[in-house]
Amino acid sequence: MGAQTQARATDPILLMKGITKVYPNGLVANSNVTFEVRKGEIHALVGENGAGKTTLMKVLFGLEKPDEGSIFIRGEEVKISSPNDAIRYGVGMVHQHFMLAPSLTVAENIVLGAEPRRGIWFDRRRAEQMCRELGEKYGLQVDPAARISDVPVGIRQRVEILKALMRGSDILVLDEPTAVLTPQETEELFEALKSLKEMGHTIIFISHKLREVKELSDRVTVLRSGRVIGTRNTDQVTVEEISRMMVGRDVVLRPMRPKAPAGPGEVKLLVNKLNLVRDGTHVLKDVSLQVRAGEILGVAGVEGNGQVELVEVITGLSPCDSGEVWVCGQDATGKSPGEIRDMGLSHIPQDRMIFGVASNASISENLISNRYNKAPVSNGFSLNLKAISRLSQELIGKFDIKTSSAQQAVGTLSGGNIQKVVIAREFSTGPQVIIANQPTRGIDIGATESVHKYLVEATESGTAVLLICADLNEVMSLSNRLIVMYEGQVVAYFDEVEGLTEEEIGLYMLGLKRQEPDQVTASMMGRPVE
Amino acid sequence: MSRNTWFELLRTGVAIAAALTIGFVVTSLVSESPVEAFGYFLKGPFTSIRRFGSFLEAAVPLTFTGLAVSLVFSAGQFNMGAEGQFFIGAVAATAAGVFLDLPPVIHTIVCLAAGMIAGAIGGFIPGVLKARWNASELVASLMLNYVFLKLGMYLITYHLRDPSAGALVSLPLKESSWLPQFTRTTKLHAGIFVMFLVVFLCYYFLYRTSRGYEARMTGQNLSFARYSGIPVLKVILLIQVLGGAVAGLGGAVEMLGIYRRFQWQASPGYGFDGVIIAILARNNPLLVPLAAVFLAYLRVGADVMAMYADVSAEMVSIIQAVIILLVTAEAFLAGYRHRLTLKEVKQRASAS
Repeated sequence: MGAQTQARATDPILLMKGITKVYPNGLVANSNVTFEVRKGEIHALVGENGAGKTTLMKVLFGLEKPDEGSIFIRGEEVKISSPNDAIRYGVGMVHQHFMLAPSLTVAENIVLGAEPRRGIWFDRRRAEQMCRELGEKYGLQVDPAARISDVPVGIRQRVEILKALMRGSDILVLDEPTAVLTPQETEELFEALKSLKEMGHTIIFISHKLREVKELSDRVTVLRSGRVIGTRNTDQVTVEEISRMMVGRDVVLRPMRPKAPAGPGEVKLLVNKLNLVRDGTHVLKDVSLQVRAGEILGVAGVEGNGQVELVEVITGLSPCDSGEVWVCGQDATGKSPGEIRDMGLSHIPQDRMIFGVASNASISENLISNRYNKAPVSNGFSLNLKAISRLSQELIGKFDIKTSSAQQAVGTLSGGNIQKVVIAREFSTGPQVIIANQPTRGIDIGATESVHKYLVEATESGTAVLLICADLNEVMSLSNRLIVMYEGQVVAYFDEVEGLTEEEIGLYMLGLKRQEPDQVTASMMGRPVE
Repeated sequence: MSRNTWFELLRTGVAIAAALTIGFVVTSLVSESPVEAFGYFLKGPFTSIRRFGSFLEAAVPLTFTGLAVSLVFSAGQFNMGAEGQFFIGAVAATAAGVFLDLPPVIHTIVCLAAGMIAGAIGGFIPGVLKARWNASELVASLMLNYVFLKLGMYLITYHLRDPSAGALVSLPLKESSWLPQFTRTTKLHAGIFVMFLVVFLCYYFLYRTSRGYEARMTGQNLSFARYSGIPVLKVILLIQVLGGAVAGLGGAVEMLGIYRRFQWQASPGYGFDGVIIAILARNNPLLVPLAAVFLAYLRVGADVMAMYADVSAEMVSIIQAVIILLVTAEAFLAGYRHRLTLKEVKQRASAS
C-alpha cells in the first residue's frame, strides 16, 4: 500500500451508521450495523448467506428503506430513497444478477439512460467511441458493437462495471461478482479492480469466498446474523480467523468426498443420448452419463450450459426430444415426476423457493409432500395427523431444523433452515438416486457442512448421487468422478478427481478445450454405447 | 393462535368497521333521518322471528356457493362458475322432483344427487378445458354461467312449465321430494343439516385427506406440487368437479327446502356472493358459514331499512365493496403490522 493510500486512509468516504432493517416476516436482516469505508480502498464485506450483506448494500443503493440509521457520504448525511439518489451520490452497483438488455449492444447498454444524441437521433458512433475510451481508461476492454446476448458472462459483468463508471460512480459495489465466473475470468476481474483502485476508486466487494477476499481486499468487515462482528486489515488476519468470525466457531472448509466404492457398483442412474431443443437452441446434445451405487458424480460447468435442463429431464419435469433415462433399472423416460420418485429418486432443486417448498405452508406440510399418500402418513385416503406430527418432530430433530414449532410457515425460516427442510424430506425416504442441484447455494457455512455430510452419508448406504454445482472448489472436493458441461454437451470426463486443478477444469468450462465425444462416452460408460 | 391468524382477524374486523362507517356516512348524505335508517339496517334482522328466520335461511345457499368457491380457490384455481352451477343444480333437482315418483327421503336424496351431478358437470367443463388445453378457467367458468342460465330457462319453459300458472314457473315438486320446514312462520328447513354436513366434509377433505393435501399444495405453489410428484392436472380437474357438485347441491337444497317449484327468471346471484364469502372466510370451510351469516345479515338489514326508511337496499353494495377492497388489499394495515413486528423483535433482542 503506497503512502498516498495511507494519507487518505483517515477520511471515510462512506459511513453507514446504526442501520437496522427488519423484513415484514420478522426477519432481522440488519441490526444496528455500522459500516465504514475509506476512500480508495477495496473493502470486503463478508458473511454467510443471510448474514445481511446484500440487505445492507440494498439500503445503500436505495432499494430497501432502513427502519433506523443514517448514511454519510463524503462526510455529509444523505437520504437515499432510490437508486437514482445513490447514483447521484456516486454509488454504483453491480448486481448478482446482471441488469442488462440482452438484445441491445454493449455500447447501447452502457449509455442507456444517458444516450449521446445528434439532433433527435441516437448517436451510435459517438456512443461506441465513448465506450471504447472508457474501456481503455480503466483497462476494461469491450467490443462496443457486440450484442449482450452473444458475449460471455465475464464480459457482461465488465459491461455492468463500465455502466456504473459511465454514470460517474466512484464507490463501486460488487455483489458476489465471482459467483458466475471461471477462474480465468476471476483473475481478469481482479486485475481490473486493482487498477480501478489505483485510479482512486473505492470498491466494496461482497463475497463469501475467503481466498478471494484475502487476495483482493485492503480491509474486511464481517457480518453475522445481521450484526457487525468486526473490521480488520486483511493482511493482519488469516482465512481461518475470518471464517471463525463468520460462523462463530471453527469450520472444515474442505469437505471430504466419499470413499470410492470397492468394485464397480450397480448402475443406479443411466442417461443415454439425451437431446432437447428449446426455443430453437440445442440445450442438451447427446448427453450420456451413469452414476453407480455409492458414488458422487459431479457436474461442473458455468451456469446455463444445460445443467438445469438435464435435471428437469431426469426428474420428469420436462420431456426430452430423444434419448432415455433409467432409474434403478426402470425406464423413466417421459414418466411423471411422481412415477420417477416412486422408482427411488429424490431431487434437491436448484431454486428452493420456487420448487423446493410452499413457503406459506407449514414445515409439517412441506415435509410430507413426497409421501402424503403413503403409509404411515396416509392410509391412502385420509391423513394420519399423529404420524405426521411424529415424523415432523423426528426430522426436525435429526436434521437440526431451527424452529419453534412444526406448524411454523416455512417461508419465515432462514435460507439454511429452509434448505434443511428440503434435505430432510428428500433424504428421509431412503432414496436410491439423489439429484442434488446446487444443494448449498445461498446457505450458510454451517448448513453447507451438514449438506455435505448428508450427501456423503447417503452414498455410504449405496445411494448414487448426481451433484450439479457451480462452485468448482466444492464439486471437485465432493465428487468421486467428474464431468464438465459446456453448451449442452458433456465435454470432459474425469475418472479420478484427485490431482486435477481448477484452472484445467476452467478451460473445459469455457469451451477452450474438449475431449472427443466418443471417448467421453466410452470411458464413462466403460464400453461404447450403442 | 398464531400472530398471523390474529392479525387477519383484526384486519377483517377493522375492514368491517370502516365499511360500516362509510355506509353510515353515505346514509347520512341521502337520508332525512340517518340514525334511524341505520338503526333499521343494523337491528332489522332481529326485529321479528320472521326476519330472523329469513336471515338464517338466506345464509344457507350462500354457504353452499361460498364452499364451492373456497374449494376451488384453495387449489389456486379461479371459480366464477358457481352461479351457473347453482342454477343448473336447481333446475336438475326440479326436474327430478317433478318427474320422478319415489318414496319420501329416497326422492329427496335422488333430487339432491341430481343437483350435485348437474353442478359437477358444470365444474368438469372448465376443469377439463384447463387441464387438457390450458384454457383459462376464469373465462370458461364465467362464460358457462350464461350457457347454464339459458339452458335452464329453456328446460323450464319448454319441458317443466306449469301451464296453469299465471307466471313462468315450473310444475310443483312432488311433496315426497321436499326438505321439511321446521315452523310455519319461517322457511327454515332441514337443508341446514345438509349444509352443516357439507361444511364438515369440505373441511375434512381439504385438511384431513391426501387428495385435499394435493389440492392445497397445488394452490400454494404449483411448481412445488409438480416437483413433489403431485398430479396437478388431475387435482385441478377434481377440485373443479367437487366445487361444481357443492354449488349444484346448494341449488337443489334451495328448491327442495324453500321454493318447491322453480320460479327464477334470472340467476339469483348466489354464485358471485360465494366469491365474496370465500374471500372473507380465507377459503377455510369452517369459517364459510360465519361469513355467509354475516353477508345474509347485511342483506336482510338492508331490506328492512329500505322498507321502513328512505334509503334503498343497494346501499349494502357499498358496504360490501369496501369490505372486499380492504380485506383483499395486502398493504392495508401493513405498516401497523411492521411496527408490531419491529417491537416484537426488539423485545426478543433485549430479553436474550
